[in-house]
Amino acid sequence: MATLQGSTLEAIKNNQDQLLDQWINSLESNGATRNLKEHELRQQTSGFLQLLANGLQQADDATGNAEEVRRFLEKLSASRAQLGHDSHQTAYFIFALKGPLFSLLQRVYADQPALLAEQLLVVSELLDSLGMHTVRAYQITREAVIRRQQEELLELSTPVVKLWDGVLALPLIGTLDSQRSQTVMESLLQRIVDTGAEIAIIDITGVPTVDTLVAQHLLKTVTAIRLMGADCIISGVRPQIAQTIVHLGLDLSSITTKANLADALKLAIKRLDVGDSARG
Amino acid sequence: MERIPILQMGEFLLVTIQVDMHDQLALNLQEDLTDRISRTSARGVLIDISALDMVDSFIGRMIASISGLSRIMDAETMVVGMQPAVAITLVELGLTLPGVSTALNVERGMQVLRKRVAGR
Repeated sequence: MATLQGSTLEAIKNNQDQLLDQWINSLESNGATRNLKEHELRQQTSGFLQLLANGLQQADDATGNAEEVRRFLEKLSASRAQLGHDSHQTAYFIFALKGPLFSLLQRVYADQPALLAEQLLVVSELLDSLGMHTVRAYQITREAVIRRQQEELLELSTPVVKLWDGVLALPLIGTLDSQRSQTVMESLLQRIVDTGAEIAIIDITGVPTVDTLVAQHLLKTVTAIRLMGADCIISGVRPQIAQTIVHLGLDLSSITTKANLADALKLAIKRLDVGDSARG
Repeated sequence: MERIPILQMGEFLLVTIQVDMHDQLALNLQEDLTDRISRTSARGVLIDISALDMVDSFIGRMIASISGLSRIMDAETMVVGMQPAVAITLVELGLTLPGVSTALNVERGMQVLRKRVAGR
């Protein structure tokens, strides 16, 4: 297999400044420097070039598997992902180096065409593999960001509020899917145990559509609440939703439903009073 | 043989399940309980399952059948203190326990029982 020649390395080292300028120009003309400060970019590019030259020198094989270079790229793509750059812009950071580097090699090996071809291939392979590594690292960071946001959204979307002594309310906003309704169910049941509330009101004013799946989730939640010994009222059934439910032929007869939260609260207080006076 | 104790409190019987229910234990409990109801002519039974954190479909069915048969023997039955995880499991298993009365804790269950027994 062809290896990187010492003279190539020499050339890179000796022409660092020129390479840098051309590289940054190329990056800027392609819009890959969005949201990046000038000095930051210069720092990153020169840092990478330094590492690359050192790494190539130390590594025995031409692929230059220098751990340091890879770590640098991982850090770089992580910061790019957080800045909101897309994968293309991030990968372009590496690929933009190709042009300046190739023209440099062309100049160095002007009179040795065979050597030039070989060195071009080696450098190209090296940059490609580094580029791929950058994209992979970028993707991993993005996925971590998405996962974290999903978790945050789940937590945000299930606030259980105490509405009255012994009455809990859960205002649902947004579409209910199975994972979310599971979280909703769990947090509501846990709050019922913690507070000893007798009545829970689930307000679905903010749920845009109710289909069979959502209705089934609601039924499950209501049944689980009943099993634990508390009562459940569904409130905020909008006219369109009532129509959909009837059209779909869903049977919600086992659930107490109210048109709005105020009515549900009124009913809940009434039930509590009845229970108290009967006990008293 | 392992058994679940049945405590008598006035005209009510109190069963607290504090160990992991296995099938034989549930069957024993069913037998013991019906026996005690007929001997003491209890008016109400309170089954506290707050320490139970795992159920399978068999235990779920046993809870339903225990509550059903004590009602036939003229004792109101309340299942109290069901944990959220247990409730979710039962619902997912499709065991909605229709006809079983539930309450949040022993105190509430006792209040409801008294009310119902007084009403009869």
